[in-house]
Amino acid sequence: MKRRNLLATAAMGLLLASGGAFAQGMDKVKACFVYVGPIGDGGWTFQHHQGALAVQEAYGDKVEIQYQENVPEGADAERVLTQMALGGCNIIFTTSFGYMDPTNAVAAKFPDVKFEHATGFKREHPNVSTYNARFYEGRAIQGHIAGKMTKSNKIGYIGSFPIPEVVMGINSYYLHAKKANPNVELSVVWAFTWFDPAKEADAAKALIDQGVDVIASHTDSTAPLAEAAKTNGAVIGFGQASDMAEYKDGPRVSSIIDNWAPYYVKRVGALLDGTYAQQDAWEGIAGGEVEIGEITAAVPAEVKAEAEALRDAIAAGTYHPFTGPINKQDGSPWLAEGATAPDGDLLGMNFYVEGIVGDIPQ
Amino acid sequence: MLMLEKRPTPSRFWLYATPPVAVILTMIAGGILFAAMGKNPFEVIRTIFWDPVFGEFAFYLRGQLLVKAGPLILIAIGLALGFRAGIWNIGAEGQYIMGAIFGASVGLAVFPTESRWIFPVMVVAGAFGGWLWAMIPAILKTRFNTNEILVSLMLVYVAETILAKASTGFLKNPEGMGFPGSRNFSSYPAAQNGFLYEPLGLHWGGVAALVTGVLAYVLLTRHQAGFQIRLAGQAPRAARFHGVSPARLVVLCMGISGALAGLAGMFEVTGPAGQISIDFNTGYGFTAIIVAFLGRLNPLGIVLAGFLMALTYVGGEMASTNLGLPDAAIQVFQGMLLFFLLAVDVLTNYRFRLAVGAR
Repeated sequence: MKRRNLLATAAMGLLLASGGAFAQGMDKVKACFVYVGPIGDGGWTFQHHQGALAVQEAYGDKVEIQYQENVPEGADAERVLTQMALGGCNIIFTTSFGYMDPTNAVAAKFPDVKFEHATGFKREHPNVSTYNARFYEGRAIQGHIAGKMTKSNKIGYIGSFPIPEVVMGINSYYLHAKKANPNVELSVVWAFTWFDPAKEADAAKALIDQGVDVIASHTDSTAPLAEAAKTNGAVIGFGQASDMAEYKDGPRVSSIIDNWAPYYVKRVGALLDGTYAQQDAWEGIAGGEVEIGEITAAVPAEVKAEAEALRDAIAAGTYHPFTGPINKQDGSPWLAEGATAPDGDLLGMNFYVEGIVGDIPQ
Repeated sequence: MLMLEKRPTPSRFWLYATPPVAVILTMIAGGILFAAMGKNPFEVIRTIFWDPVFGEFAFYLRGQLLVKAGPLILIAIGLALGFRAGIWNIGAEGQYIMGAIFGASVGLAVFPTESRWIFPVMVVAGAFGGWLWAMIPAILKTRFNTNEILVSLMLVYVAETILAKASTGFLKNPEGMGFPGSRNFSSYPAAQNGFLYEPLGLHWGGVAALVTGVLAYVLLTRHQAGFQIRLAGQAPRAARFHGVSPARLVVLCMGISGALAGLAGMFEVTGPAGQISIDFNTGYGFTAIIVAFLGRLNPLGIVLAGFLMALTYVGGEMASTNLGLPDAAIQVFQGMLLFFLLAVDVLTNYRFRLAVGAR
């Protein structure tokens, strides 16, 4: 698209929008993706890219896919986004929390391009939508398995950054481990990275040295599982973001799979048929965004059945992983008997629940 | 049989010819790499070197060149002064981070006061932060004879940890719903380093980079300190007889490079980056080392080298998005530039001789 055309389309978009008649579909959509890591990371970015490929699969030559890997969060992201918008992308998915401000800044300049920011909360312009997945639902199932499987009663969690997203995962994991095994103790190690195999391996080692025998991680590489594999079965773990099936014969007993395909297909489809609207999406197991990877034979059949029942109850909406009574770490009440956590509380979660030892880094 | 022979005096021709020859060799080797990956090499090279300046979107990308080149030039000039004197500050990345933290802290401490004095004070604080961080390896070297390469490099990781602490702790945006990262300076006019002229990408950091280039050139060619720096690098013994104090020179060079790196960080955090965040630093401090050598440690050469490096970044991104090249291929391409530069550089001090009959 030439620059003049672009400006013309922008002007037309404004006219249509102000006329309130923006329900026209598109013949062809150029969907662009900004990734924080390499598509071969085996975790977070890999899964987003699978979603992008699913869009291509679903709509064939009605869509064109473009992507950029390893985009630093900050000034560089703003340039990449501007280049994509200038280059004719109709919808741009920015797939990391750190792209929040750049996404909104560029969206202001390109009102006819749709922006979709993963895991953020800022929608400063009508063309910015946000989306996320309820990973804490998957953490509940991991927690249950961890509580049942631990022999040392010590379980671990490798945190990436102390943000609400991660804190709610830790809380959900702990609550359900505790429910399955009242003697369980949780250790949290902060890696301060999303993807750094060396640091992640160090974190896993630190946990194993403390006697932890079940490790969950919120970072994207397979390094924690590789570390667990060195213990010859003494330590188990979970696949994170992707299934990490290559560790099925080893320490991986289950996994949380981020499945972005349904969301990406839906949004690009909406743009094609003209039903696109700004939104804040937060789907979970029920919507297919969060999948629980196969629970292996290392887990006793009875525990596996319980875990699957828990998964199905969450999917059916009959059980919420944060159901009261739950107290905060300092003992003050958070949720009353039978109350479930409002989304606002979860999205701003900056406290541990009662029973977790240690502080969230401040 | 080909032999390498040391030249009696370094070749002036190769001194200036090395960078362009290295660029051309990089294009050829890179083109072969891209062709092997099934891309049209001419299209890729054009996308990287031509399109950002003259292509369809040049009206936007030209400005981005200075945005990207500014911090590289600022840091590289400081480093070059030290490198010329044989003082190896490898930790500019850490000084860059500390400059950003110091500068941002001053601004955020007085938020939301509006005063025209806030930004200048932040500039000074940024330079001070970088200077302070560079003084650690400088003083350890002069007092305890430690190796400044190791100490300054290690301090990068310390600075990164402080950066993580700042984003999740003492500089965290109180209205950020618990998410890491400071307030965004784009919504705080008194402390913002906005564009002075957007089509050229000119903000105060760019101004500082260009002015510093000229000042450093004058310092090296016209000023006593510049003479001492050059002398210390070329003939350390002669420099000592000439009354140059090695300790003073270490403190001076480390101080200048630290302060300039700190300035770069401060301009970046208040301008293009907008906020202190965990991933604020993206390697300018390390890339500037390449820029310093690509520019032959000459301030004016560094200005050109900074723009060339910026071109490979901006154009590389274009090639990656539009032509579907993996990011790693672009990194290899940038790596080739340094490799060929160092390889061709041999010709400055050595020449090939065809040794007939010898073995």
